Amino acid sequence: MELIEKANQEALRRMLSADPILVDVIPASKAIPTLKSHTILHAGPPVAWKNMCGPMQGAIAGIAKFEGWAESLEDAFEQAAAGAYDFHPNHHFDAVGPMTGMTTVSQPVLVVENREFGNRAYCALNEGLGKVMRFGGNDESVLERLAWLRDTFGPAFGKALRSDEGIPLKHLVARGLTMGDEMHQRNVACSGLILRELAPALARTATDNEELAKILLFIGGNDQFFLNVAMAMGKSIMDPVCNIKGSTVVTAMCRNGTDFGIRVSGTGDQWFTAPVEMPEGLYFPGYTEFDANPDMGDSTIVETIGLGGFAMGASPAVAGFVGAGAASDAGNFTRTMSEIVTGENPEWTIPAMDYLGVPTGIDIRMVLETGLAPTINTGIAHKEPGIGQVGAGVVRAPMKCFEKALIAFAESVGVK
Amino acid sequence: MKNKNKISDLINKPLNVVNIGLEGFAQELKQQSIAVTHVEWSPPAGGNPKIAALLSKLGT
Repeated sequence: MELIEKANQEALRRMLSADPILVDVIPASKAIPTLKSHTILHAGPPVAWKNMCGPMQGAIAGIAKFEGWAESLEDAFEQAAAGAYDFHPNHHFDAVGPMTGMTTVSQPVLVVENREFGNRAYCALNEGLGKVMRFGGNDESVLERLAWLRDTFGPAFGKALRSDEGIPLKHLVARGLTMGDEMHQRNVACSGLILRELAPALARTATDNEELAKILLFIGGNDQFFLNVAMAMGKSIMDPVCNIKGSTVVTAMCRNGTDFGIRVSGTGDQWFTAPVEMPEGLYFPGYTEFDANPDMGDSTIVETIGLGGFAMGASPAVAGFVGAGAASDAGNFTRTMSEIVTGENPEWTIPAMDYLGVPTGIDIRMVLETGLAPTINTGIAHKEPGIGQVGAGVVRAPMKCFEKALIAFAESVGVK
Repeated sequence: MKNKNKISDLINKPLNVVNIGLEGFAQELKQQSIAVTHVEWSPPAGGNPKIAALLSKLGT
């Protein structure tokens, strides 16, 4: 249909013309004025407390204690079950969050502004690896780190960004792709690049050298530091693509550990959901697939913009890390994903694939026509609350989401 | 007669097979050391007639 082809070209144009800049780090309450006390934003499409998976409930108990809304984790569990907290998806508040995706009022959030369209998107700071809240961790060590991020790291990061004109992200990601990152399970290069961009401003604005050293050490010691920046960037790129009448391009993919949800440009804010699938991957020593929680997190926003599993060809090292086969197979993932998209990104290219642009603009029609579901690189959380990450792997978006979306989309353009 | 000779020629030469769809056939040939190129393919919409009908109207 001509309407669809034109609408999808417009969607692609908006994606490719986006100009995301990391401009600030501020408390979530300031970034999102509609976010109130006792409201908890989570990853994925909407989900009720009783249907949440173990790590999601564990993270909610932890963040409620962190915010001072509960005296203990047990108290938080009881309050949550009694309806004391309001739960909403991050996506409903211009935000995203990895894995459990907790966003609450006092947490500092990264602010990415898409200067081409004037919109902003938000994501909490990456806490590092191991026992962390995004994987359901909630003990004192997790809460102490969150307090340091809130009281020291976040304010210093924001001050440094505000002292300059922010950090343009498009070129930084382009360089990261040439250095082996795919921006979902490998962010080593971009984490180093952003540290290089940020360090002078941090040094100029810091008031305590010992704290500055801790901040630099925290960024430098966290290979996944850039993931949350990439996610806020992804959200800022995709939000202006929403609500193009006749477009079959996917504007969001996310999961809450129970359901996988997608949104499609032509059908606006409507969610199309199906039960999440279990990642296939590799596990840290001492853990197996029996410990694993099903797929979770808003981080699939990076696949939505053509990175992560879609850019696997740029990152052969990740293919091994997530158990997706030999390094030489990495390009096959990218080539396969090229079959389900509207176009490619000429600015985000993969040198090892003769500078192929990353596959961009997932078309629900092509997903269903080919039977090729989007490939997602992901971390794997333990299924019990309070334990954390146990591995990393690859998972597919459930085909049922795309079937539901196509039926609703057809109705929206008068096709039966 | 001419076509018959062509078929004879074909099966008297080493085979290089293109297998479309079910990967098991390709694996069987590989185990017999026959050159095979596998093409991943499945029916549109996984064989769901309702979705396939919509796809044909929506122009893929």
